Amino acid sequence: MNKFLKISTLLCIIFSSAFIFNACNKTNDNEILIGEYASLTGSEATFGQSSHNGLELAVEEINSTGGILGKQVKLITEDNQGKPSETQTVVQKLINRDKVVAIIGEVASSRSKAGAPICQAAKIPMITPASTNPEVTTIGDYIFRVCFIDPFQATVMSKFAINSMKVTKVALLVDQKNAYSTGLADNFKQIFTGMGGEILDEQKYSAGDKDFKAQLTSIKAKNPEAIFIPGYYTDVNLISIQAREIGLTCPLFGSDGWESEKLTEGKAKDALEGSFFSTHVSTDDPSPKIQEYIKKYKAKYNKEPDAMSFLAYDAGMILFDAIKKAGNTEGVNIKNELAKTKDYPGITGVITINEDRNAIKPAVVLEVKDGKFVYKETIAP
Amino acid sequence: MSEFIQQLINGLSLGSIYALIALGYTMVYGILKFINFAHGEIFMLGAFCGLYTAKALGVDAPDIPMALVILLITMIVTAVIGVTIEKLAYKPLRNSSKLTVLITAIGVSLFLQYLGQLIFGAAPQSFPTIIENVSFDIAGATIGSNQIVVIISAILLMLALRFIVMNTKMGTAIRAVSNNLTAASLMGININNVISFTFIIGSSLAGAAGILYSINYPSIDPLMGLLPGLKAFIAAVLGGIGNFPGAAVGGIIIGLVETFTVGYFSPTYRDAIAFAILIIILLVKPTGLFGKKDIEKV
Repeated sequence: MNKFLKISTLLCIIFSSAFIFNACNKTNDNEILIGEYASLTGSEATFGQSSHNGLELAVEEINSTGGILGKQVKLITEDNQGKPSETQTVVQKLINRDKVVAIIGEVASSRSKAGAPICQAAKIPMITPASTNPEVTTIGDYIFRVCFIDPFQATVMSKFAINSMKVTKVALLVDQKNAYSTGLADNFKQIFTGMGGEILDEQKYSAGDKDFKAQLTSIKAKNPEAIFIPGYYTDVNLISIQAREIGLTCPLFGSDGWESEKLTEGKAKDALEGSFFSTHVSTDDPSPKIQEYIKKYKAKYNKEPDAMSFLAYDAGMILFDAIKKAGNTEGVNIKNELAKTKDYPGITGVITINEDRNAIKPAVVLEVKDGKFVYKETIAP
Repeated sequence: MSEFIQQLINGLSLGSIYALIALGYTMVYGILKFINFAHGEIFMLGAFCGLYTAKALGVDAPDIPMALVILLITMIVTAVIGVTIEKLAYKPLRNSSKLTVLITAIGVSLFLQYLGQLIFGAAPQSFPTIIENVSFDIAGATIGSNQIVVIISAILLMLALRFIVMNTKMGTAIRAVSNNLTAASLMGININNVISFTFIIGSSLAGAAGILYSINYPSIDPLMGLLPGLKAFIAAVLGGIGNFPGAAVGGIIIGLVETFTVGYFSPTYRDAIAFAILIIILLVKPTGLFGKKDIEKV
């Protein structure tokens, strides 16, 4: 009997405390809840950390100017650990438990593709700051993006390879498990060969591999003038080191998945010297908007922002603008206002959302110099 | 031809790391007749121990004496960790069924993986350059000195192990215990000391493998031990589990097969091929390449 009493007391405490915590979580009438899912940990952790920082700045700024519709914006952030399966869990949680009115996420296309169907089904608008795979926004009319898409990025790098790098014989090294990488590689093959280029070899790897020497040795045997690697920075870091070790000296070039301070960590600093990648924005850009943002970012986080944080800031600002215009927080109204976004003056450029819910914007190409990313050129759509 | 030589060296350097880890599996199996699945995590802890030792010693630039110090400290630390795991997790279960110990080993493995994520963080970290890498050409193939360092260090460590097992008193005791545990204890051999010593040797080899792996592939994370651990386990089974030269040969074969599969066939099958080998070996020759029913196990 005594034992039964103890157990039931314990259960009472657990349930009542759960109730109390739940009550704390209840929506405050003076707040608008915005959800965010990001890879704060995992192998692409800087993607999530940067975009989270950018979004936080946007929220701070809107709140300091009085919020939206007389309410303060509250950001609820969930870490998906860089895993698609975890993404589904946290997006469900944001929608069903936290009852957010809109969602921002993710940088990586495969994770955005995992989260988008859930937002679409719940009719909660979702904006991805930096997922460039075209299929992300085709999932439904509630899914938007504030960046360019991969067919354009492939055009940019094809043009750049032929006109600026003066190479026509290229090998590809593609992450076969990643929708972003395979999609970009397919687009690149088509556009590059269309411009008269030649693909000598295409090798594959899986994200998380540590040994790339076998693939690189095969590529070396074909003797290409450059290697296109549409992958994420963690893998590119190792690939570049191993490419130099086995005597591949040709330049490497890639896409916005390279954008991270961790790209040139360790020996990759020398291995990637003179490599190029396309991305959304350059911190060298003298535009006052960009420089002002960099100053704010540095003051708060004590480091240089990267493209992911710029895009997340813009995603947040466009969302707040749409909520303001909608006049309420109904998903369908926010969606309609987002779709009407035209010539919005973002920090990453003037943003217009087209009928496919994608942003049309120019891309910049950066060069890796002494471990830093230096502006090379801008290529317009 | 030059491509073939290069792939061969790639495969050999990968294979010699598998061989070092496989030896730990095989030694523990030889004595305790169970698979220590936490062995891959000792390999991971070796890599992280190397990273933090290098940071603590302020090693930033290539420095061969310092690299040896780091290797030595790492081997000592992983040996201590290995023995601690044995004392805390396996020893209390010495008389339980083999299945209980096996499941405990899986538990220890998961515990170390997630403890690693908690302590070191889940994001991959860059391993410092502790040995200068010079590339040189042999018959048109470019070989990195790192790869040669890995292969030679692995061979030296295996020779040292062979010396210990064949020519020392403790080695004789290990062979006696692996032959028949009860009989050995009746002959006055201290079983607990022998088992501890086995874990010391096996774990320090795994720690060394962690350093050698990180020199070649300088990006380390708390889950890095999982796949190399499984591949080394397959290597041990391939060579005949419990058999010491078998583990070494098995490791080299897995490394070579994997590299040639990726280089000439398709990287999609990189991991599948190793497991296919495991299934075939278990079907065709369950005792492995070198395993005989009454072989003297180490």
